[in-house]
Amino acid sequence: MAGVGLTAFGASPERTGRDLFAEAGCDALADAAIERDHVEALLYGNFMGELAEHQGHQGPLMAEAVGVNAPATRFEAACASSGVAVREGVKRVRNGEADVLLVGGAERMTNLGTAGATEALAIAADDLWEVRAGMTFPGAYALMAQAYFAEYGGSREDLAAIAVKNHDNALNNEKAQYQRAIDVDTVLDAPMVSEPLGLYDSCPISDGAAAVVLVSDEFAAEHDLDASVAITGTGQGGDLMALHDREYLARSPAADEAAEEAYADADVDPSDVDVAEVHDCFTIAEVLALESLGLVDVGEGISAAADGITTKGGSIPVNLSGGLKAKGHPVGATGASQICELAMLLRGDHPNSDVVADADVGLAHNAGGTVASAVVHVLEVME
Amino acid sequence: MAGDDEEVVDAGYDEWLAAVRDDEGYYLECENGHGSLPPRRVCPHCGSLALEETTLPESGEVETFTITHVATPNFSDDTPYAVSIARFGNVRVTGQMRGVAVEDVAVGATVEIDVSETETTGDDVVVFRPR
Repeated sequence: MAGVGLTAFGASPERTGRDLFAEAGCDALADAAIERDHVEALLYGNFMGELAEHQGHQGPLMAEAVGVNAPATRFEAACASSGVAVREGVKRVRNGEADVLLVGGAERMTNLGTAGATEALAIAADDLWEVRAGMTFPGAYALMAQAYFAEYGGSREDLAAIAVKNHDNALNNEKAQYQRAIDVDTVLDAPMVSEPLGLYDSCPISDGAAAVVLVSDEFAAEHDLDASVAITGTGQGGDLMALHDREYLARSPAADEAAEEAYADADVDPSDVDVAEVHDCFTIAEVLALESLGLVDVGEGISAAADGITTKGGSIPVNLSGGLKAKGHPVGATGASQICELAMLLRGDHPNSDVVADADVGLAHNAGGTVASAVVHVLEVME
Repeated sequence: MAGDDEEVVDAGYDEWLAAVRDDEGYYLECENGHGSLPPRRVCPHCGSLALEETTLPESGEVETFTITHVATPNFSDDTPYAVSIARFGNVRVTGQMRGVAVEDVAVGATVEIDVSETETTGDDVVVFRPR
């Protein structure tokens, strides 16, 4: 990884998607110190561009916005859209198809308003069998949370500890949508969205973009680039679309598969992981992620934040960026933004780098829908 | 969106709704006993191509539920409403609870399935009632 770029996440309803991605893409190219002419392709993630901006065919539009004259393709996997774009980029560089790629994603959402964004997010679910029954995206995770409570126990207080942790992590992250401390009572007293999930169990609706410059080892050496952090493992898993068709309502096996593949690819195991960014679109989602990634045992994820395992001082700090919960979740940008945040944490120029000063291995977990898509990447500090 | 335009037909799904409304609900079953909902050509659990319409059990059990307060525009007048996943023998279905106060919905409750209309748009919606 030669460079990363991120916009601030938040509510900027007036900004177009092309402007958001132009900022992130230009910043990533500047960070990499690479000429635009070297970029051989853009791999771009976006989920709801048709609904939010009446804009399809976003690949070439975004390449143009960044000033890159190269083939461009859009990837869509709901909230894992740019995660799959990054994965495709890693594979292309590895198999020798490309030496320099710009990968990333963007999403404009807040211009839709809360009801409009809720409707747009819902299309990640099965339209016939879930959306027409009134299942929203928060509702889907609420069904998983209720099933988790019934299967393994746990409470709203346990979930609240996750939101409190992620808000705390975002306090000094100037890219984060919320730089504001909250306590457990703030979470418990907030209005309900879809019980048992309340407003503070839910990530905000966000605008934003993220981009990463991927280069081959040969290109980095030839051009004397600083690429001190590399993506050493990639994995992707899939599952049945509708929650009701899955064997387990309170687990995310697609992420188990993605993690297993990524760990094997990088030749590391969960005990090697020093820091992780996981897809906490809702507090319960962080629980499912930790268990799928093997960072805690199944049934133990619910208490990891409350017990201090995943906090700043814990054995495996999770979502030091603030996560989707506090940093924000412009869905098509999220997977790439996790990679950006981890790269900065590992190379030492993230506001929270001091927390993980000796970290060598980072893990990124990006999920689409109710985890019918999951992408996991392993990042490592290179010698 | 279904219902906005009378011309829009979702073959397989629409017939299933009509059958459930007439108390003749069914699901698709493969030779390995896996259940699924139409339209399908392949069993999502084992890949079997031999799917047969099988009578849906009259009685189901609520496995999980949520009370939704923030809805999409199509359900804005329906809030608060309870969405549940209920198991009917070999197949699970997602639907809305009716005939019970949302605060009284519970995991493990026994329900029957029907088709009703939403308050907001009048569109068809799968519902579960206490049995």
